[in-house]
Amino acid sequence: MTTLIIAELTIRETQRRRILWMTLLMGLGFLVVFGLGFHYIYLDVSKHVTDSNERNLVVGVLLTAGLYAINFLIVVIAVLISVTAVSGEIESHTIEAILTKPVRRWEIILGKWLGFAALLLVYSLLLTGGVLLIVYLRSGVTVNNLWAGMGLMALQGWVILSLTIAGGARLSTLSNGVMAFMMYGIAFIGGWVEQIGALLRNETAVDIGIATSLIMPSEILWKKALSLLEPGLANPAFNIGPFAIASQPSNLMIGYAIFYLVALLALALISFSRRDL
Amino acid sequence: MTTDNLAIDARGLRKEFGQKTAVADFTLQVKRGEIFGFLGPNGAGKTTSVKMLLGLTAPTDGTATLLGHPLGDRQTRAKVGFLPEHFRFHEWLTAAEFLDLHGRLFGMSKSARTAVIPDLLELVGLADRAATKLHAFSKGMLQRIGLAQALLNDPELVFLDEPTSGLDPLGRRLVRDIINSLRVEGTAVFLNSHLLSEVEQTCDRVAFIREGVILQTASLASFEQESVDVILRVGEPTPQLLSNLVRFGEGVRLDEGNGRIHLTLPYENKLPELAQWLVNNNQTLYELRPQRLSLEDRFLQIVGGEVESEKQTT
Repeated sequence: MTTLIIAELTIRETQRRRILWMTLLMGLGFLVVFGLGFHYIYLDVSKHVTDSNERNLVVGVLLTAGLYAINFLIVVIAVLISVTAVSGEIESHTIEAILTKPVRRWEIILGKWLGFAALLLVYSLLLTGGVLLIVYLRSGVTVNNLWAGMGLMALQGWVILSLTIAGGARLSTLSNGVMAFMMYGIAFIGGWVEQIGALLRNETAVDIGIATSLIMPSEILWKKALSLLEPGLANPAFNIGPFAIASQPSNLMIGYAIFYLVALLALALISFSRRDL
Repeated sequence: MTTDNLAIDARGLRKEFGQKTAVADFTLQVKRGEIFGFLGPNGAGKTTSVKMLLGLTAPTDGTATLLGHPLGDRQTRAKVGFLPEHFRFHEWLTAAEFLDLHGRLFGMSKSARTAVIPDLLELVGLADRAATKLHAFSKGMLQRIGLAQALLNDPELVFLDEPTSGLDPLGRRLVRDIINSLRVEGTAVFLNSHLLSEVEQTCDRVAFIREGVILQTASLASFEQESVDVILRVGEPTPQLLSNLVRFGEGVRLDEGNGRIHLTLPYENKLPELAQWLVNNNQTLYELRPQRLSLEDRFLQIVGGEVESEKQTT
């Protein structure tokens, strides 16, 4: 019950502080820019390119770029909306009047997580769905595994969210933000090392990449989402770079990411329940 | 005292932060329905003590019960109210929404909340501000709404941490009246305050804490049982009169400068006796002035040097 009160309060806070509207409005702006760009490029391509494979390549590049930008935005938004959620209320002593009520501490943390998770889900579905819809309406191109792909994009947001919430139970707001972004950065560079290693058949490099994916399974979820959606990637142009999937992430990695998320959340609940305020 | 009639029963609570001992020995009992003042200089361990009692901070050692239940008991917290000292509530909520939220956290039903919230807003003088967001509130108004929040659940024990610090004289009067009405209802109040005159006017008993140790716990009424210095002015302060006064108290001496006699009576109830004796012995009595120690004097006496050195550094 308390968990739901706090989840609702969390959503109401983002609404009252105009975070919700700003996020949705700017998301809409993103879709408008993507839609206009896609429209004019596709107009040009459909006039001058007759080979349907080449046409699909252009569509694939634009769509992947759009998804990649959304993937990054989900990470940033996940950190920004939740970074002050716990530490900020500890620093402002707001939490004291709440925890002295007949509530359990973990209910407060779980409630906040649920509120932010719901917002991230809406945000990621809106943007990912919006981009895919624009592409379909304009060019008729569809993607595979639509729901699984979109789900993994949201899951990545939840993983980052859990990391920030867990950090907030112990760290100050700023160091928590630094920690979350740096973890994302480490996973990002690890993903590149793994790809290049796979291309060069360098096993050590691949192992380093796998290790970073275990430390922070964010980039791997993006890679997995992309490989599920397959927006026209059977092309040598995608051998390297953030759009490339040199080594196919296994399904086991999805299971690991969910385990990672639950473990982080459990750590947040326990750590917050034990700390002095 | 059995545990049943105690609102707070703390025995040897101790809190260490690494090498630093914030509270060394917090031992005190507060009866149900009692208004209890907790006094000490800044950094003496007042807030840490309150946080241990409220389950916000885990004690390193010692035990305590609130309303007969061990610390940290969740159901007990439904009967405890708390106004924190440094607080910033969710300022994007309106006053009524804020009270509604905290009522829900107390586990109150919707009907209970709608019944009590208008009354509480009225009580703290914010009835016309129910729809105003908290960020538009002054410090004093926040203090009032915070107080209303602490009383939502009709508590049996209320912790007030510096409840009057942001308030003007009118607001302080209001808090005093509220505390007095809590006394009538039988609610125990644990009051942390720097304003000693406030404590003097509202509390039944006080405890003094310094450097994490409770130095003295005393009822304000007991201070009246203590010896009292008296200043006396009569028409003719003869040496014979002075020697006769020795039967009433100690330290009889004549201040040659202003002709006043000083002496110390062992009890306050010696005062009328002394007055009667003077009149019966045909002394012309101009002045009979007991010099009672104010709470502030006692605070300085007990906590003494700490406060002085603090004044110099701030």
